[in-house]
Amino acid sequence: MQLTLEFGGGLELLCDSVKIHDVNVIPNNEVDKLTMKDLLVWVRTNVIKERPEMFMKDDSVRPGVLVLVNDCDWELSGQLDTPLEEKDVVVFISTLHGG
Amino acid sequence: MEGNHEKARVRLCYLCNQRRAALKRPKTLEQICRECFYEVFEEEIHQVIVKNQLFKPGERIAIGASGGKDSTVLAYVLSELNRRHNYGLDLFLLSVDEGITGYRDDSLETVKRNELQYGLPLKIVSYKDLYGWTMDEIVKTIGLKNNCTFCGVFRRQALDRGAALLKVDKLVTGHNADDIAETVLLNILRGDIARLSRCTSITTGEDGPIPRCKPFKYTYEKEIVMYAYFKRLDYFSTECIYSPNAYRGFAREFIKDLERMRPRAILDIIKSGEDFRISTSTKMPEQGICERCGYISSQKWCKACVLLEGLNKGLPKLGIGRSRGLDNNHRKDVKQSNGTKNIEGKQCGSLDF
Repeated sequence: MQLTLEFGGGLELLCDSVKIHDVNVIPNNEVDKLTMKDLLVWVRTNVIKERPEMFMKDDSVRPGVLVLVNDCDWELSGQLDTPLEEKDVVVFISTLHGG
Repeated sequence: MEGNHEKARVRLCYLCNQRRAALKRPKTLEQICRECFYEVFEEEIHQVIVKNQLFKPGERIAIGASGGKDSTVLAYVLSELNRRHNYGLDLFLLSVDEGITGYRDDSLETVKRNELQYGLPLKIVSYKDLYGWTMDEIVKTIGLKNNCTFCGVFRRQALDRGAALLKVDKLVTGHNADDIAETVLLNILRGDIARLSRCTSITTGEDGPIPRCKPFKYTYEKEIVMYAYFKRLDYFSTECIYSPNAYRGFAREFIKDLERMRPRAILDIIKSGEDFRISTSTKMPEQGICERCGYISSQKWCKACVLLEGLNKGLPKLGIGRSRGLDNNHRKDVKQSNGTKNIEGKQCGSLDF
């Protein structure tokens, strides 16, 4: 599944200061469905290079990290249960850095 | 063509009932679209400004600008509101250059872009000019312990001195609701009653030369970041290279955990801070003037002068200590530090008021 991931608000520092990542995520279950929960695990393994605790806490993002799927707050789409589809754009922004 | 997923994902705005909702407001839990969000976000700040009479027509106002999200959004929104509602304010950007290579020099570039983008004149004051030391030099001398104390004390004065140079009537800062809730908690944890009683005031220092106010006192950090993201505002977001920020970090994380469970918690902590009654038997420091530089101080010398004296004499520990100065053990410290109260080694905080 082709997705565009964008990291901002300082989170890009955890992945070699690259803000936009075009990725191909292969769902590991057979029904070919991918949710945000699956994506977070994939991102932590494949994209985050350092300090993963700045990105995740338990099985979700760290509180204070905002998530938007296709420019829509993931709190409106079910957070971890948000289903993902081909060409979706997922944005992660930290609110925890500087002011 | 309406797939189940798509259906579940598209919700209409609670306010206009026409456009697709784009975010959930932490304050009200309402699901609203981008356009309605801009409107309520800006209007709420306008109402806070009007209700608290933060400004008078004709005033010169400096916006404390770090290049970070809060001050960038504040500069943008304030210039909008000033135009829209004819506040009649002269707005300026005021930045402090602490002299931290790879951090402040980069964020100052952002402020310089903001100067052009928003058409606001910018003044930069530097630690080097004001105190003769950059933070890089201070850290070389004292190491990574207590450096945030120096930086916090110096920044507070630097903003006041910059504001005086700009001849402004007031200084506004981008402190948001999350910051204030965090500061309430920290002041409780430190037993700092003097700060606890003033940290929730929307305006402080009215008796001093340059009052400060916080138009974002009730504005959630989430909404500030969402606003900056949707409007594609240009801000800088790197943690200071010298700031371990451990203690404040814990308080911050605790607030964010609470917010996830119950977003109103942030406003409720601010309310608790506002409603505290300080017992009349609590000793409060009396405000005076520093004998050396004339800055406001509750002691003979202000904190910046004590810290600077230590740096210049090669005794950087001067002025750093655990004693609070309000008990009997205080006398010993008095002799050591020119009659000034020792101050606590604190974590980084540009949030002190």
